[in-house]
This record gives sequence, C-alpha cells and structure tokens, in this order.
Amino acid sequence: MIEILTSPAFNTIQDLGRHGARRFGVSTSGAMDPVALAAGNALLGNDDNAAGIEIQTFPFRLRFSADTAFALTGADHDATLAGSAVRPWWCTRAKAGDILAITAPRRGARVYMTFGGGIDVPLVLGSRSTHMRGGFGGLEGRTLQAGDVVPIGSSSHGSDGRCDFGVAPPDVAIAGTAPADDRVLRIRVMRAGEYELFSEAMQATFWSTRWKISAQSDRGGYRLTGGRLTLDAPVEMRSHGVVAGVVQVPPAGEPIIQMSDANTAGGYPKMAAVIQADLWRLGQAAPGSVIAFSEVSYQDAVAAMAPVNDYLAKLRATADLYRAL
Amino acid sequence: MSINQPNAPFVGTIEKSPKISLIGTLAMLVEAPGDFDLVQQGRIWALADAVSTWPNVQEAVIGVTNVMLVFEQPPADIGMLSASIVELWHRVPGRKADGKLIEIPVVYGGELGFDLPAVASRAGLSERDVIRIHSEGEYTVCAVASSPGFGYLHGLDPRIYMPRKSVPSLNMRAGSVTIGGMQTGVAVLTSPNGWNAIGWASVAMFDPNSEQPSLMLPGDRVRFRIDRIEL
Repeated sequence: MIEILTSPAFNTIQDLGRHGARRFGVSTSGAMDPVALAAGNALLGNDDNAAGIEIQTFPFRLRFSADTAFALTGADHDATLAGSAVRPWWCTRAKAGDILAITAPRRGARVYMTFGGGIDVPLVLGSRSTHMRGGFGGLEGRTLQAGDVVPIGSSSHGSDGRCDFGVAPPDVAIAGTAPADDRVLRIRVMRAGEYELFSEAMQATFWSTRWKISAQSDRGGYRLTGGRLTLDAPVEMRSHGVVAGVVQVPPAGEPIIQMSDANTAGGYPKMAAVIQADLWRLGQAAPGSVIAFSEVSYQDAVAAMAPVNDYLAKLRATADLYRAL
Repeated sequence: MSINQPNAPFVGTIEKSPKISLIGTLAMLVEAPGDFDLVQQGRIWALADAVSTWPNVQEAVIGVTNVMLVFEQPPADIGMLSASIVELWHRVPGRKADGKLIEIPVVYGGELGFDLPAVASRAGLSERDVIRIHSEGEYTVCAVASSPGFGYLHGLDPRIYMPRKSVPSLNMRAGSVTIGGMQTGVAVLTSPNGWNAIGWASVAMFDPNSEQPSLMLPGDRVRFRIDRIEL
C-alpha cells in the first residue's frame, strides 16, 4: 500500500483507458500519455495496461507502507526518495516508510508513477481508470487527496527481483519526436469529415497558425487560441461519436482538441484528427505551449506508430533481460 | 404526431449512400443520407448491430442517424471497408424500435422541475397541459451518448418544444426530467445543464458495476408516468 501525503488537485489513477463502453455514453478516460504509462509498467514487468498514478499538479508526495518497486516516467521532473534523488525512466525500489516527493516538471505536463504489481483498485467496465464526471473507477471515482491509502497488487516478480536499471525516454529514443528549436510542437493530423467545408483561406490558416494551448485546457480537451476558423455558411451537425484527438471547430472559430476525458459525442465540424503516434506527445503539452499542425496521409499515420511500438517492445525486452540476470 | 412520422423511401428512386469519413486511423464515421427520421435511425441501428460483429471492430457507437466504428487496429484497406459498409447499408433491413418499454415515474413540477412554468408560458398552455402532453407521449431511444447512460429521446410533441438555455443551470440534479429543443431526457449526472427541467425521476439510469450498465439502449421505448404533480 501507499499513502498519499500531498496531492494538490486533479491527480488520478489511470490505466490505458476504458474501451468498448462509448456506446453506453462512457468516455474512455485513461493516461493522457499512454506511452509513458506503458513504459513505466514495462520497466516493472507489469502488463502495459496496469494502473498507475497520473500526476499533473505538484508537489506530489506519498509514503510507502511496504517495500515496493516503482518507476517515474513522463514529463521531465525531479524527485526524491527518502531524501535522495530518484532517476526518471528507472526501476527503483522503495523501503517501507520511505517518502517520495516529486516537484513540478521542467518540461512536459504529466508524470506517471507505476508500481510493481500495479494499483489494485477494482475493475469497473473493464478498466481501473478514474472517470471523474461519472464518479467511478480509480479511487472512488475521484482525484487523489492527502490521507488516501491506495492498494498495490502483488508483483509476479517477487520482492527480491532485480531492480535499478532504466531506459531512455521516448522523445530521445524515437527519432524526430523531440520538439524543434523554435519551441513549436509539431503535431501530425489527418483531415477529418468537414475539412472540405472550410474555405481555402481557412484551411491555410489552420495549417499556418501557431496555436496556443489555452489555460482552459484539461484532460477533457485542449482549447486552442491564436486564430479563428469560420465557415461561410454554418452547418447543422447531428450528434455523433468522437475519439480523442479529433479537432472540432465550434461556431466561435477557436478549435478544440478532444482528449482522454472527452465526451463520447460531438456535434461541431471536424477539421482534423491527431494521429495516434502523436497523441501521447500532445498529452505532455502543458497549457501555454504552442503547437502547429502538419498533414499526413492515412498510410503515413499508420506507419508512424511503428517507431512507438518498437520503442515499447525494445524497452520491455531490455527490462525483462535485466530482471532475469 | 404526423409531423414526426417518417416517410418510406419512394420505390424506384436511387438512394444516396452514407457519408463515410475517418477520425484518425482508429475511428470511422458513417452518416446516413437524408433527413433525421426513425427509418434512417432504424437502419443505423441495424448497420451497427451487423458491423459490431466484424473482426477488428471494437465497438459501434450509435449517434443521431450515424454510427462511429472504433477499431482495434488501423484497418488495412479503408477503401474496401468503406465499400462493404455502403453495400451493407443498402441491403440491411432497418430495425424497428423493438427494444424494451421503460416506464419512468416522474414528479412533475416542484423544486426540481423549476423550468415548468417557462415551458408552459412559451407553449401558451397550462402547466397541467404540459405535464399531460409530456406524459402521454411515447419516446424512442435513438442513441445513448454524451453522459453515461444518457438516452437521446425522439418523439417530443412539438407543442412543448423549448429551446436550450444560453446559460446552463448550475448543478442540475441527476434524475431531472428535461426538455432541450425537440428532445427530452433524464439527466444522469448532477452537473451544469442547458436543458429545461420539468420534473424529477428517481430511476437509476446507469450502474457502472453492471455488465449492461445503461438502462436505456438504442431502440428502447420510454413512457413517462405521472407519479405526482407539485404546482
């Protein structure tokens, strides 16, 4: 078990999401940076989908009630365990009574903490992710707060398995994903259903604008500022299903990208959709950061997942090898 | 009710195909051609039933005369998949609203039906008439979306149409029976809500711990019964 000592707000238990229940109106939830969560789990020999803590407000502190292997992945941050620095993207073992403290990241928005054996809260509709609007999943369907006791599952690798090794983070290991020098995060998208309804001038604005992720952005969606995309004639859309990454344009013209906690339904014209291979990078973009869109084909969007999958596969193989030594 | 009665397609005309578009590599939206009516909605239900059994389809998410397919993996051949869907659309017989009948007892008016006077005033009817008209209707669940277990109900009598509010009511209680434009529904979460509350129902609409968590499913029929009137 672990005990939460400090958790300002909006830190939740998440796995890779609750899939297959959109048809009941249930949004998927799940880690905003699924690559970081999966990597943290692979380091510990967990299933990729084991639940961890998504930390997006700081400082965050917890105490271990028992000897526990853990890893910290995601945003570039500093952490200490019993006063000593903890390496990120590293498998570390805590002793009972140790206190872990994480401070605000230098770069990126969300730190993921995974535990050997995973967080052992009940599965709800097939997932341990916190569904905050619905008040279920995670710990009582809510954000973590000081005093919470979170159960950790038993690790299949026992408590004496080898620990103390790490991997390179994906933005280093995967070529071409590090932010460019101009501090603009390039996000690859495919055109979506209503792209053609926008004039050529509006389409050009969409591609050329450096969009800022506004302060009114959260796990539900990112509101973008910096330009307006308007239609010559308004279109009446009927309510339809949407997925994370869809870029919708409400009548006021400032686009919204739907994220993990997004409503299952939408009804605004859809300009584009962020490709799966870039969703995790977008999940690490904090409010105030600047993004620009570039277009890829369906084939390129599919191919772009190969380096991500290769990274996770190699990471798991390396971690398994170390544990077997 | 003739206003909402769907017309059968004319025999001999060539029907348009659905619009198919991708939302990234893992989702495909299929939108029925033509106006919104229960015939097109029934064809969407049937299409969703059939397609959700296809390999690689994680789920078929029904909307208002549309369905979004979510895939486990990016489909290998989008063109072939789209063609199969179009072919199926023209071939599959539509489903009737043949689901279960859900009866929902409603406490009309009162503290939790605080918009009833405004609905009556807009309609030029008494509050009792609004209640009578609302409770005499039979409604069809077109889709479940937006909130866990929230049914989009078709079949509101146009006499008690009421536009959504431009400023939502804060913290409308779960269970509120509402009218939003030409739709009616039961709020499933306590949250800000732009629809107009005319009453309250204590029926549990959603149970996340159940394998079939949503009381309402597409194709179900809903009747609101007067449990009590508080004016």
